[in-house]
Amino acid sequence: MKIIKHIGLAICLLGFTVFTISIFTGENHVSKPVFDNWISSSKIKSSIFIEKTESEVVGKTMSTSELTSIIMSNAKSSGEIHKTKAESIEDPDKKNEEWAKVIWVKWNSTYKDYVYPLVRESVTGWVPKNQSLFFLFTFGFAIIGGLIYILPDYKLLGPAGIKNNGIFQHSATNRGVIGMVAFAFFVGFYIALYFFPNYLVNPIVSVDFISKSISGGSSSQWFLYGFMYCSVMTVFAIRMFIKYRHNKYQMVRTSVVLFFQIAFAFLIPEILVRFNQPWFDFKNAWPLDYDFFFSSNLDGLVDSGNLGVFMLVWGIVLTLIIVPIMVYFFGKRWYCSWVCGCGGLAETLGDPYRQLSDKSLLSWKIERWVIHGVLVFAVLMTGLTLYTYFAELENWKELAFGITAYDIQSSYGFLIGSIFSGVIGTGFYPILGNRVWCRFGCPLAAYMGIVQKFKSRFRITTNGGQCISCGNCSTYCEQGIDVRAYAQKGQNIVRASCVGCGVCSAVCPRGVLKLENGPEEGRIKSDDPIVFGNDGFKINH
Amino acid sequence: MKNIVIIGNGIAGVTAARHIRKKSNHSITIISSETKYFFSRTALMYVYMGHMKFEHTQPYENWFWKKNRIDLIQAKVENVNVESKTLNLDNGESVNYDKLIIATGSKPNKFGWSGQDLKGVTGMYHKQDLEAIEKYAPNPKSCKRAVIVGGGLIGIELAEMMHSRHIPVTFLVREDSFWNGVLPQQESEMINKHILENGIDLRLSSNLKEIISDENGKATAVIIEETGERIDCDLVGLTAGVSPNIDFLKDSKIEIGRGVKVNEYLETNIPDVFAIGDCAEQHEAIGLRRPIEAVWYTGRMMGETVAETICNERKAYQPGHWFNSAKFFDIEYQTYGWVWAKQAEEEGRFYWEHENGKIGIHINYNKTSREFLGINTFGIRMRHEFFDRALTDRQNVEFVLKHLADANFDPEFYKKHEKAIVDQFNAENNTNIKLLKMSWKRIFQRS
Repeated sequence: MKIIKHIGLAICLLGFTVFTISIFTGENHVSKPVFDNWISSSKIKSSIFIEKTESEVVGKTMSTSELTSIIMSNAKSSGEIHKTKAESIEDPDKKNEEWAKVIWVKWNSTYKDYVYPLVRESVTGWVPKNQSLFFLFTFGFAIIGGLIYILPDYKLLGPAGIKNNGIFQHSATNRGVIGMVAFAFFVGFYIALYFFPNYLVNPIVSVDFISKSISGGSSSQWFLYGFMYCSVMTVFAIRMFIKYRHNKYQMVRTSVVLFFQIAFAFLIPEILVRFNQPWFDFKNAWPLDYDFFFSSNLDGLVDSGNLGVFMLVWGIVLTLIIVPIMVYFFGKRWYCSWVCGCGGLAETLGDPYRQLSDKSLLSWKIERWVIHGVLVFAVLMTGLTLYTYFAELENWKELAFGITAYDIQSSYGFLIGSIFSGVIGTGFYPILGNRVWCRFGCPLAAYMGIVQKFKSRFRITTNGGQCISCGNCSTYCEQGIDVRAYAQKGQNIVRASCVGCGVCSAVCPRGVLKLENGPEEGRIKSDDPIVFGNDGFKINH
Repeated sequence: MKNIVIIGNGIAGVTAARHIRKKSNHSITIISSETKYFFSRTALMYVYMGHMKFEHTQPYENWFWKKNRIDLIQAKVENVNVESKTLNLDNGESVNYDKLIIATGSKPNKFGWSGQDLKGVTGMYHKQDLEAIEKYAPNPKSCKRAVIVGGGLIGIELAEMMHSRHIPVTFLVREDSFWNGVLPQQESEMINKHILENGIDLRLSSNLKEIISDENGKATAVIIEETGERIDCDLVGLTAGVSPNIDFLKDSKIEIGRGVKVNEYLETNIPDVFAIGDCAEQHEAIGLRRPIEAVWYTGRMMGETVAETICNERKAYQPGHWFNSAKFFDIEYQTYGWVWAKQAEEEGRFYWEHENGKIGIHINYNKTSREFLGINTFGIRMRHEFFDRALTDRQNVEFVLKHLADANFDPEFYKKHEKAIVDQFNAENNTNIKLLKMSWKRIFQRS
């Protein structure tokens, strides 16, 4: 059994190795029509850039990195020329015309906005010609190997029950070397995905046939990401099904969150595209879906006919009515650990890392400042966005202090949307635990947390006086809640950050904790928290 | 402001300290030789098993003590001079007190077995025991087998610990079925089966004769009394119960029996000296309880009580209805009220077990008055508050069964067994109890 497990691991790692190597081995052949098409769709106006780049790349076969460096260096050099020229021109119209020729080079946008589209269209070599074989060597091996690694646990872990044996003695789950390698891999992948998708072109091409069969279009980096997300969640959900097979709450919850990811975040939006409708994730609520009110999205939805208008109304109703009502009845768990994609990944891929969240009082203080800060940021940004939209201002118009609505939107997108939720949120699983984003960053979680804290039927009930302060609950709380601090005092746990994953209840050896939706009255026993058992006198804790 | 000194930083001593701080401005000092900071003893097993790090067993962060002005001294108290109200410590220092609380807990029993002090022979009680276990049984390569002597709660925990690192275990149990001095036969057999299911070499009706030493003074085998069989091993766990840890009081004037003798106010024979927790022995047992209660919950309650006595009014230790809990490998156990191992003449018993053999309940009631006396639950969680109230209100067994859905505390979506339970009770007793649907109103009626 153990040998099978090790073989599985080897196959899985082989898949990851091929995947990683492919990132560095993209090959491109740029034809004239592809080049022309790229120039026009990228709205590149600099003839210096166009001529120089055309002569250097068209009709040639070269590696992706070579093609990238040519484009980047030509963008820089042509930009310098145009800038110098623009500064010397007097006539304001002509000056602006010259400025418009400049390609502004930024590490976090130029690769994805300019380089990637050309690389994607011109990819050639072994991978695009052998898509399905390459798919087998990467995704196939990783998934099959992963399953072979996980499935023997059904027998190896012994009778069903909590088997967290060795978690703090294993390098992968206790910030050891394997954990650090995973950390580097996750962070590297997210940086590539968000900022350098040009290098991911081989993996992107390898899922092209899947994209075509669902949406009819070619695969993008976001399709690759969606596909990987669903695959990883599926494999790790199977791990959850084995680990928690004695716990029906975990089984149901894991199935549902997996369903919402695959159906709502992946298949339905892609199928909508097939029918010429906007790509739309019906479960993604503002302010997590921070660009919902961006003019491009509003206009796009309005222009898409009845379904688009329905989507727009649905999005607003979801945030303003459905979310708070559901939180009232069930707590924010209905979203965070039953529906949400970020939560879904955290509860599957992230489950092996849940014990790494920090439980100190200090981290709770930091958490409250940061997550509510992000919520304020999101609200202000959206308010500004709507103001410019309804005042019919261009979003690149200066509003005050030299800042435009676009600046605020793009800095939110970069800082919160990419760095916080992706690079840190998932990349740091092996260091800070699996809910970094949900705990410290997600503005929707902050919003629901406020509702959960002050107006909800949800609580974790503490069972009388049965707590023995062992600390399993606190240790395995992914949100860093010191559950024990409440349980040992006989208090119910009512915390804004609780996502109701149910693991504290699952790992409790004495049956002390239960997630419940009950009457609001008596939910918080702060006036009269009594640990059961002592009949001598009234005790206040 | 008085100078309160507490010997022992377990749940009893620390609870006393916390409550004294809440109620007063007294100076508080806790002395312990085991660790500087309070940790949850019940969680030590999880450290070895890798579920937690030692720091996770500490319920309060390290800054807590200074912030709450509770001084911590890590030293061993050598003796107590009650005339001068002085404690002499093993580091040569002495500490004065106005009021002294003895909360030194227990130590593992050793019954004079040959070889009981060898290296590789340990209890599973102190943090130092955990360190010894880690040293002598780090993995199945260094520890080919562990022998555990004594079939109680700590014994089965130690078996689970060894099992988590794939170390083969031989488990010597004196009784003819696991823990059947406490558990009725049905539950005891359920646990026997579960122990075997986990691959433990369970030896019932087996006593330790002696432990054999190798040439370095380390345990290398045990001999079984009944059969004379020799079992080679690298670790011997002595888990045959615990007794009060009070040797340092022998020459003091404080009256001791098996434990420190206290009255119902937890006072010893010496004024201003109290004893609480595992080490305290009641002159008269309270209700059906034992004079010495080595349980987490009672330690906590005694701590709460002594704090009230010291800070406000003199209060008797009045534990409410008995409750306890444990976990046997994967089977959770809770008990409320009394379900004795042996059924008394006037008692009626009802036992239900699920076909999977891992879920069961055992209800005890008075045959004539029908009064509900207690329940054991296995593999099914029940609400403490429900049974506490049922016992206080002296409800009958029919009431309890009727409201079993209110009592259920299993996580959401778990299969409910109340109907099967009530059906079986009706069939066995010719009754017609109708199970009521769970009601929040009833659950919250008094909270």
